[in-house]
Amino acid sequence: MMNNAIETRGLRISRGSTMVIDGLDLTVPGGAIVGLLGPSGSGKTTLLRAVVGVQILAGGSVNVFGQSAGSASLRHRVGYMTQQASIYDDLSVRQNLRYFARVQGAPRSDVERVIDCTDLSEQADRLARSLSGGQASRVSLAAAMLGSPDLLVLDEPTVGLDPVLRGDLWAIFRRLAEDGMTLLVSSHVMDEATRCDRLLLMREGDLIADTTPEQLLTTTGADTAEDAFLRIIETHDAGPSYSIGGRGGRSASRSRPRSPTHLLADGKSLGVRKKGPQ
Amino acid sequence: MTPKRTLATAGRVLLQIRNDPRTIALLLIVPSLLIGLVAWIFDETNVFATIGPAMLALFPFIVMFLVTSISTLRERRSGTLERLLSMPLGRGDFILGYTLAFGILAVVQTAVAVAYATLVCGLEIEGSVWMLFVVAIADALLGTSLGLLASAFARTEFQVVQFMPALVFPQILLGGIFLPRDQLPQVLETIGDWLLLSHAIDALTAVASGDEDSGYIWLRIIFIGCWILGAIIVGSLTLRRRTH
Repeated sequence: MMNNAIETRGLRISRGSTMVIDGLDLTVPGGAIVGLLGPSGSGKTTLLRAVVGVQILAGGSVNVFGQSAGSASLRHRVGYMTQQASIYDDLSVRQNLRYFARVQGAPRSDVERVIDCTDLSEQADRLARSLSGGQASRVSLAAAMLGSPDLLVLDEPTVGLDPVLRGDLWAIFRRLAEDGMTLLVSSHVMDEATRCDRLLLMREGDLIADTTPEQLLTTTGADTAEDAFLRIIETHDAGPSYSIGGRGGRSASRSRPRSPTHLLADGKSLGVRKKGPQ
Repeated sequence: MTPKRTLATAGRVLLQIRNDPRTIALLLIVPSLLIGLVAWIFDETNVFATIGPAMLALFPFIVMFLVTSISTLRERRSGTLERLLSMPLGRGDFILGYTLAFGILAVVQTAVAVAYATLVCGLEIEGSVWMLFVVAIADALLGTSLGLLASAFARTEFQVVQFMPALVFPQILLGGIFLPRDQLPQVLETIGDWLLLSHAIDALTAVASGDEDSGYIWLRIIFIGCWILGAIIVGSLTLRRRTH
């Protein structure tokens, strides 16, 4: 049994001349819902793409279940839901899923299973074009679930959904995790933090906290996840030695200290960051 | 790459088109309407007998070029291509799937156009009708493979549509439809002789008139085939699993 689902070492990713992620060390355990939270533009999608293996890396490594991310054997084991509903508008829900099932090599019966699971039975024969945003994103999720992958990578699956639908989706995620699946779910809605088993907080391409929902609230003394996140940012910006959750060096946390001025320069300094002394 | 995934992709592309009846109607009816229009314009002359076969070469090429370049661009932009490439789909599955689907479509389109041109407009085909289909399919696959390639260099739908006049119109102008190529200025004649569409037009004209032996026709089909292969190889290089 593999303990860690995802491991990154010294991960570096550039966009144009800017280093979006510069030296990220991260360990994600298996069989849990891991929330990747952070504001828009903090590098969440880039990190998720690296985990799926569709992102060009500038350096470092990403391993999923002990294999290099994106390797051929992992394509059967990793399901990926992109931020926009990546389905065919001019196919019905069922036609979309049948095609993706054949590509994934999943049995045909899997199509009905994921339709059931995402509560799309009523819409199954409607063209994807005619679906609401929430329904379309559930089709996208259903497609990612085909073949029962060991790891589901979900990029902002709940964005733009009403609270009821969001709750429904999180209930689905919980069921999947209980079945032993590992879910890496990104979100910029901080309230969703409480629904995860583990939390990774990202800001400007940097991991600023690796914690659990309980620890997040107790260590920061905040009432809400949103508040806690703001406090972490303040502490993080004020001093480099801050570590939340008392997990020590074992788990993923910021791998290198940096001076406060460096951070206060905000996005502007991203391109000239240098690796600090360990 | 597996036959199962290639066929699944071809089936999916055809299903998308089947779900869009208006596209099917346009695809099948427009070529016949235009061929009928040309036949009507040149009524009382024998011009249609000369350029009729060339018209049959135009439609599969132009239509498949446009349809393929736009649908591939849509795959790139909608995220479905990224999803597929994160799944166990080979790049060859993707490209051959499209090629297969549009090849089948081209056969149907050509069948309707040929039937209309011969039965209604009175175009005479002296050579083998089967040969005519072989040329038309090669022609359509050429459009498909070039369309795949073009989509890699276009960021938006607007750009991809501009590739049509840029890449296709010169071939129509210099292909011998407006003026036989041997009557063009020397430089243009030489250029025209080497263009892809000219080879398809020559082959179809030869089939229709029955003047040339099958070696002449096959040589042109092979020339087109080499270009299809080249475009598919270069096109598959533009489909990258990892992107920025």
